[in-house]
Amino acid sequence: MSPEPFLGTTSRTPVRHHILSVLVENKAGVLARIAGLFARRGFNIYSLAVAPAESHARFSRVTIVVDAESAPLEQIVGQLDKLVNVVAITDLAPADAVERELLLATIQTNTANRTSLLDTLANAGAAIVDVDPGAVTVMLAGTPASCDQLERALESFSDVELHRTGRVALPRLGEAAPQ
Amino acid sequence: MQLTGAEALIKSLEQQGVDSVFGLPGGAILPVYDPLLDSSIRHILVRHEQGAGHMAEGYAMATGRAGVAMVTSGPGATNIVTPIGNAHMDSTPLVVITGQVATGSIGTDAFQECDITGITMGITKHNFLVQSAQEIPRAVAAAFHLATTGRPGPVLIDVPKDVTQSMMDWWYPSTIEEYDLPGYRPEIALDEDAVDRAVQLIAESERPVLYVGGGTLKSNATNELLAFAERTGMPVVTTLMARGAFPDSHEQHLGMPGMHGVYTAVTALQRADLLISLGARFDDRVTGKISAFAAGAKVIHVDIDRAEFNKVRHADVALQSNVGAALRALDAQGATPASMDAWWREIRSWQETYPLVYDEPTLEGPLRPQHVIASIAEKAEPGTIVTSGVGQHQMWAAQFWDFEEPRTWINSGGAGTMGFGVPAAIGAKVGRPDRTVWCIDGDGCFQMTAQELVTARAEGIPIKVAILNNAYLGMVRQWQEMFYEERYSEVYLSADLPDYVKWAEAMGCVGLRATNLKEMDDVIDEANKINDVPVVIDFRTDSSEKVFPMVASGASNDDIIVHPSQQGRAR
Ligand SMILES: Cc1ncc(C[n+]2csc(CCOP(=O)(O)OP(=O)(O)O)c2C)c(N)n1
Ligand SMILES: [Mg+2]
Repeated sequence: MSPEPFLGTTSRTPVRHHILSVLVENKAGVLARIAGLFARRGFNIYSLAVAPAESHARFSRVTIVVDAESAPLEQIVGQLDKLVNVVAITDLAPADAVERELLLATIQTNTANRTSLLDTLANAGAAIVDVDPGAVTVMLAGTPASCDQLERALESFSDVELHRTGRVALPRLGEAAPQ
Repeated sequence: MQLTGAEALIKSLEQQGVDSVFGLPGGAILPVYDPLLDSSIRHILVRHEQGAGHMAEGYAMATGRAGVAMVTSGPGATNIVTPIGNAHMDSTPLVVITGQVATGSIGTDAFQECDITGITMGITKHNFLVQSAQEIPRAVAAAFHLATTGRPGPVLIDVPKDVTQSMMDWWYPSTIEEYDLPGYRPEIALDEDAVDRAVQLIAESERPVLYVGGGTLKSNATNELLAFAERTGMPVVTTLMARGAFPDSHEQHLGMPGMHGVYTAVTALQRADLLISLGARFDDRVTGKISAFAAGAKVIHVDIDRAEFNKVRHADVALQSNVGAALRALDAQGATPASMDAWWREIRSWQETYPLVYDEPTLEGPLRPQHVIASIAEKAEPGTIVTSGVGQHQMWAAQFWDFEEPRTWINSGGAGTMGFGVPAAIGAKVGRPDRTVWCIDGDGCFQMTAQELVTARAEGIPIKVAILNNAYLGMVRQWQEMFYEERYSEVYLSADLPDYVKWAEAMGCVGLRATNLKEMDDVIDEANKINDVPVVIDFRTDSSEKVFPMVASGASNDDIIVHPSQQGRAR
């Protein structure tokens, strides 16, 4: 596997982003503790995804993409680690991680835009998951960069409602790519 | 054994060895106040919940044990937010118990409901909303564990009324595993590699300074500090939070650094080639303009909290450890600096040129505030505990009281909370009834929490309060004089309104006043003879006195302003 293409400043992801995979106790208010910490320390969260970890009801995994420009990563990790409900933090540099994200978008269709829309979807590898006479809902599960690309491509269509989940990530298998 | 949640809460506190709780009851916490009647725990009924929090802080800082406060929901809980924030800034171990509306009413804007765990999330080390009576012992045990281990701090336990009213089977956690804190690991193995690198940096240094912060007191490492300092011969500075961690009388002690620090302590940090930071956090009140702080120094940063490393200042060696263990490890390796002869000569010459001074007092008055403090100190028995409010009087107390023992100086450093002094003194006296406790207070600060002297009198807690009455919010006045062209805006208080002597008497205390030197000596002697009730002395001091030295906010420590009588001396 090769690292994702570098998209430079046109990417929606901050260039110096890092992915923190944070195992937390599944207790009331944990997310508020994390969000509050980031807010009061002035750390920027770029995206955040939460779900129960493994088959455990006891823990959840929070995947946070942080902007390492807003504060040194060491500070972010050090402060996060002090939250009592935070059990473990894995810091993944983008080059060492497999990142995936889900994008859903509903686009109004008409005879004029249908062909170009289908081209766009085919190029992106997006799937149609819902249709009605005047609209389609499409889905792309892919790298954040591919979601960025589709999002940009859809900018030329009017009336697009688009949602992204924020990414989840795991370490790459085998040798880490050179930084 | 079946107990109510309330009984379990009190029994859990007993299990933790709690001897005193500071608090004030109300609806949501009412069930807990009933079993308190049958407990060995002493409850001190405060007149305002802020008082309970600061008393618990004073107790904790004087004893090293967690201070405990208990209040009701809603306004009772919000009234104690300031002390919680204060304890958070100064890493003081507190356990605060708040009543909460019944679980079924949470989220409905019920009477006296407030989201106190949400409000205090950013100013506690951790907090709990207890969901069932069975969980109470675990919450209490975990709260004390969290408050007192690692980097200490305040922990809040919010207990809904139905939880304290329902039944539980009594149990108490006997192992740390049962606290159910999978994410909390305060014990850290010393990084031997970092120790080696620290030893190396020390060996290379010719101008080292031991920069001692409050963490040295918190980790009870003052013996290790003395041993290390004496073996290596290094100069020592003690921050506002660390006064008393190293004897002021010791010839290696340069005094307090920072905005109102001793010239030599400030300048030694600036000129050092190595700072060994021991439980200090490079606060802006110490560093001044950070880019100009100790520009030529390498840094060995010892702290139990790794988030302190590289937060403000780059650490050449970061040693995550409690201070005592780190110093023992450095001692074991015989870490020794190169020759410090030239360094000490330079330091001694600064000390000679710029000692801490104040203008000679005049017989007639007004009194010099610094002289009042020095006079009280001179007549105080060894081991006297001193608390203060926040302002000029606080800085003068830190400068002119000589501290010889740990835990004898109790003040509000990180938050700078006016009104801290009186309740903190009461809490300190409860924790250390064998010690004399003086509060050096400002007239402004006194007016914020003076009502707790009613508590002190009612509970038989004989503290002594010296009000340095300069008729002003003096510290703010000083800034307006120096940086706002003497445009005094909302800082005048009046020396006579209120009448502090009458106020003291109305609260059941002895009230005294001194306007000149003779009266000053007399009232201090009189106060020292009174050991059964609180004493308040109104010292009429000079309004125009300013705290020197001073580094203006945001300025470099190199631009330290010395006492007017020393200005123009060759540096
Ligand atoms: C609760 C609070 N409000 C305001 C301030 C800002 N402040 C710092 S020192 C000070 C003046 C304190 O006056 P006083 O107690 O008379 O002490 P003095 O400086 O005159 O010795 C003020 C208002 C503060 N630190 N805390
Ligand atoms: Mg004043």
